[in-house]
Amino acid sequence: MRRPVPLNALIGGSLIGLLVLTAAVALVWTPYDPLAVNLRARMVPPGAAYPLGTDEFGRDVLSRLMAGAASSTIVSLATVAFAVVAGGTLGLVAGFLRGWTDRALMAVNDALLAFPGILLALGFLVVFGASKWGIVIALGLAYAPSVARVVRGTVLSIREREYVEASRVIGNPEHVTLWRHVAPNCIAPVAVLATSMFGWVLLSESALSFLGLGVPPPAPTWGNMLAGSRPFMESAVWLGIAPGLCIALSLLGINLLGDWLRDRLDPRMAVHA
Amino acid sequence: MSALLSVEGLSVEVQGGRRVVDEVSFAIAPGRFRALVGESGSGKTMAARAVLRLLPPGLRIAAGAVRLGGDDLTALPDPALRQLRGPSIGMVFQEPMVSLNPAIRIGAQMQEALILHRRLSRAEAEAAARAMLARVQIGDPDRCLAAFPHEFSGGMRQRIMIASVMLLRPALLIADEPTTALDTLTQREVLDLMTGLAREQGTAVLLITHNLGLVARYADSVSVMRDGRVVEDGDARAVLAAPKHGYTAALVDALPRRGAAAPPRREDEAPVIEARDVVVRFPGRGGLFRRAVPEVQAVRGVSLAVKPGETVAVVGGSGSGKTTFGRALLGLVKLAGGEVRFRGAPIDWSDRASRLRFRMACQLVFQDPYSSLDPRMRVDAIVEEPLKLLPELDRDARMRRVGAMLEEVGLAGYGARFPHALSGGQRQRVAIARALVRDPAFVVADEPVSALDMTIQKQVLDLFARLQRERGFACVFVSHDLGAVERIADRIAVMQDGRIVEEGPRDAVLDAPRHPYTRALLSASPRLEVLPA
Repeated sequence: MRRPVPLNALIGGSLIGLLVLTAAVALVWTPYDPLAVNLRARMVPPGAAYPLGTDEFGRDVLSRLMAGAASSTIVSLATVAFAVVAGGTLGLVAGFLRGWTDRALMAVNDALLAFPGILLALGFLVVFGASKWGIVIALGLAYAPSVARVVRGTVLSIREREYVEASRVIGNPEHVTLWRHVAPNCIAPVAVLATSMFGWVLLSESALSFLGLGVPPPAPTWGNMLAGSRPFMESAVWLGIAPGLCIALSLLGINLLGDWLRDRLDPRMAVHA
Repeated sequence: MSALLSVEGLSVEVQGGRRVVDEVSFAIAPGRFRALVGESGSGKTMAARAVLRLLPPGLRIAAGAVRLGGDDLTALPDPALRQLRGPSIGMVFQEPMVSLNPAIRIGAQMQEALILHRRLSRAEAEAAARAMLARVQIGDPDRCLAAFPHEFSGGMRQRIMIASVMLLRPALLIADEPTTALDTLTQREVLDLMTGLAREQGTAVLLITHNLGLVARYADSVSVMRDGRVVEDGDARAVLAAPKHGYTAALVDALPRRGAAAPPRREDEAPVIEARDVVVRFPGRGGLFRRAVPEVQAVRGVSLAVKPGETVAVVGGSGSGKTTFGRALLGLVKLAGGEVRFRGAPIDWSDRASRLRFRMACQLVFQDPYSSLDPRMRVDAIVEEPLKLLPELDRDARMRRVGAMLEEVGLAGYGARFPHALSGGQRQRVAIARALVRDPAFVVADEPVSALDMTIQKQVLDLFARLQRERGFACVFVSHDLGAVERIADRIAVMQDGRIVEEGPRDAVLDAPRHPYTRALLSASPRLEVLPA
């Protein structure tokens, strides 16, 4: 009955597996101390001693990438989780209750949607302060409205299905109907949105770091490494390529995995031989 | 008489070689009416589409010939075939809601083909379209020409569709389930119009249908299809009166037929459920940013009582309020007036205990088995769900009841499946199992078989009747088809415009209808009895 896992899911899975593994290893071991400044080994090109070279302060790029993998992954995952939970709950409640609740919640939601996410995040960051968890909350709040929109739209179509009415006829209280029959059927669009959001968040985090509002230096993230490499784009190209490639591969991996996940989560697509 | 169209050994296969139409042959003489009968998946639609080479992607004609005049349509180049589509062979599709282009006015759609094929001027084409609309009894042809498709009901659209196809005076009309989406009364009107028009113009008709009643009423000859093959072929009357093939016999047997008369009921027995002057309104909407929607009164004072073990059929055309009334009985829509009493006492919806007591004992079987089951739940979880609200049952006890219930509806061993892996009939069995697993005292069945094939309809109805005999629940059976309720109803209530216009024991209503609307419904119900002996 079960289909073999398709190639793109395998690729996506390996990329994400590698990312998580690297992040885990970095928590206990890196080749050099990612924060150690060594002014005698500034801008060393990739070689035997430093596989990916060093930056303008002589810090090992590989070590910083590994440490950055940990913080970037944690920040992105936490942000997406926060946005999905906050936006999803909002969308579920608004779509299911309809009426005034819906109109009030969606009015606020639409107002938030009118701002570009990054601008909104900037505003929130001013309130929460530039720290790892500040970023999570700020970006999470900035991306939650689009999740709320998608979920509400899906709920609106699902709540009219007869199996929802069937649940009422059985005698289930409304909250049981909502959680048992409506919410699970929203998973597919949310899973797709969440995976693409992971990519946006990774990039937004880079952008915030670039503006100096991200994870504060000297702690490495892929974003602030990429941003920091800009002045040396011509003289030390490895400084930009390494974190850039890491971001691109992670995005590819998470998107491939997301597509496969969406198919697997839909029982209609999972069982066909 | 030489044939107008002859199909010889036609085979259609999907990529990979499986044949959905296998060596099908039939012929139609000019001006005659042939029916192609079969259930879903029999290949009847693909056979008809192959005639015009209008097959969906992935299917191709593998063998055979389709001869029209001197041409073999399977070998004709595309431009030549396009010349034949319309002027020589017209086609009417099943779904009137989607077969007209919603963005183009009716007039322009009707004139399009005339201008293309007949090279008429715009004014001539418009005059022809107007005359044809009048012929298919469209009230105000001028207004209709200027209107968009969404302004019309399904029946009206199908008339417009037929009018625009017949405008070209084709030699052959292929009608693919043209009335399946319509209620019985409208079905009768549309088909009468279509056959009348075909007879006037000398057009031969190939009707694709699953309904043997329509064959009996309209067709000269019939081909019965099953699994891509023609299993029986011949004069319509002869085939239906004395089917030779077992499958045809099963189809004929599935036609509406009266069940055994109900034993007389004690007069003093108390009703399980009783509606008193129930009124349901759908409030109009207005407001700053919305189009105003006028208030609709769907149910206008209906009273009905159902006793234990009794089946009352509520019958009416679309818009008669029958479905809304069924929902009102279950408290699924708000009453604007009147009351529903359960076991002699009114239901207090504000009181949780009273509400729950009612919910536990009253269930609904939905019309569409494709949307009434949660696609994410397995069959046993779906049937188990109602039992979860009974606190005295633990999981083992629940699963035992689920197993027993599934066995009763003939689905033992299907518990681990998801709904999409079941056929329509099996899904409806699951829905019935879910409704009955808690042993309800009262069940509303809202057109539970109208989405199913004829032979499956019979199976499901028989199952339902058996379960009712065994369990003794009261039932309100909502349907648009008097024929379908014949098998199962003890009493019949006929609804029109939100009111009950006639009510009585089944045999009395069917044999001696008093109200003209009942008579109209009865004569529209396709049955074999219309065969002249």
